[in-house]
Amino acid sequence: MVNIKEFAKREVKLVGGHRLCAGCPAPTIGKLALMAADKEVIVSSATGCLEVSTTIYPYSAWKVPWMHTAFENTAANIAGVETAVKVLNRKGIIKKDFRYLCIAGDGGTYDIGLQALSGAIERGHKFLYVCYDNESYSNTGIQRSSATPLFANTTTDPVGDIRKGKQELRKNFTEIMVAHNMKYIAQAALSNIQDMIMKLEKGYKATDHTAAFINIFSPCIPGWGIHDGDAVMLSKIAVDTCFWPLYEVEDGQYKLNYNPEESGKKIPIIEFLKLQSRFRHLLDPKNADLIAEFQKDVDDRWDKLKKKCGIRTDLV
Amino acid sequence: MLSKQEISTGAQARGGSSEDFNTGSWRALRPIIDTSKCIHCMLCYLYCPDNAVCIIKESAKQNGNPEVTGVDLKHCKGCSICSQVCPVHCIKMIPEEEAKKVDKKD
Repeated sequence: MVNIKEFAKREVKLVGGHRLCAGCPAPTIGKLALMAADKEVIVSSATGCLEVSTTIYPYSAWKVPWMHTAFENTAANIAGVETAVKVLNRKGIIKKDFRYLCIAGDGGTYDIGLQALSGAIERGHKFLYVCYDNESYSNTGIQRSSATPLFANTTTDPVGDIRKGKQELRKNFTEIMVAHNMKYIAQAALSNIQDMIMKLEKGYKATDHTAAFINIFSPCIPGWGIHDGDAVMLSKIAVDTCFWPLYEVEDGQYKLNYNPEESGKKIPIIEFLKLQSRFRHLLDPKNADLIAEFQKDVDDRWDKLKKKCGIRTDLV
Repeated sequence: MLSKQEISTGAQARGGSSEDFNTGSWRALRPIIDTSKCIHCMLCYLYCPDNAVCIIKESAKQNGNPEVTGVDLKHCKGCSICSQVCPVHCIKMIPEEEAKKVDKKD
């Protein structure tokens, strides 16, 4: 277990004054990701809310070496930096070991950055990739991404008389990462902060051997239509409804970090949907079957995950 | 095509310079911390997206543990995450207008 008071003594390297929305949890995720590092960190960001709002010229909120070039090549960037440092060390020009961090939203990870990320992992570059998943292209005005859940209202999949929001299921990206055979892959949420810090620390340690990937739930204030301070509360509900299960895969071994069923805290998905205006149309009694469909998708994924974690599903 | 020597370094900014920028004017609600009830658990400090909770890292009062001292009003956007994560509910959010009136009286 992480000692929060000791952890708070570490230096903060993503400072205030950035122009992200009030209550956006993305900078908190970035801040904790930098604090959890055991060595100096070099960061590469994909285009996205965090990148755009923290580095409005001539200001920068990052107190670490940080770079951004394009949307699709975060992982390729860091692969280049990592290799350059390796060569400089070998030539004796510098004598220093770094940690490498990629931080990108779901657009830059699930969709646009997937090819670069997959390639960099396959080539054996050693970096930690943190994805803050806000389930849409929030920076450009809430367009759908492959992380957007079923029936969510976005500007490219608006709710009308016939179509009720996004019609496709969301991509299970953490599983795609598991298929890359990395040493450490995890899914975390801000509501369980000690668990999240532990995962970030484990992720950095795993980069001694391979790349590592952590997917973090990050509610979007304007995109999801929630109140400013609700990001952490909503993360907790997402975890308790099993919409966003907390688990890790270490050397191919699945481990469920928190099981809401065990403590009798599992709640129906409607508790998660009713707090967000992007799902407002589902509260209409006519659309009750859509909620049932949503619940079925969540339960299917949860059952599959439990099987992988070695938890029997027939007892519940 | 540019040769190796001519490649531009891109735009560069001083690290941490965003601290010079005032985002406090966005605030509609102001957090007021009741330090007599505060247990200095550091959750508000770690959760704050704007890094606007001020602490002393090694406080003699807290036996070398960190101590919460107040809010950095230049950067606080008034999102109220601090007030929601506080386990002892010692952070109150009050309308900025009221808080400004109190400021003027002092």
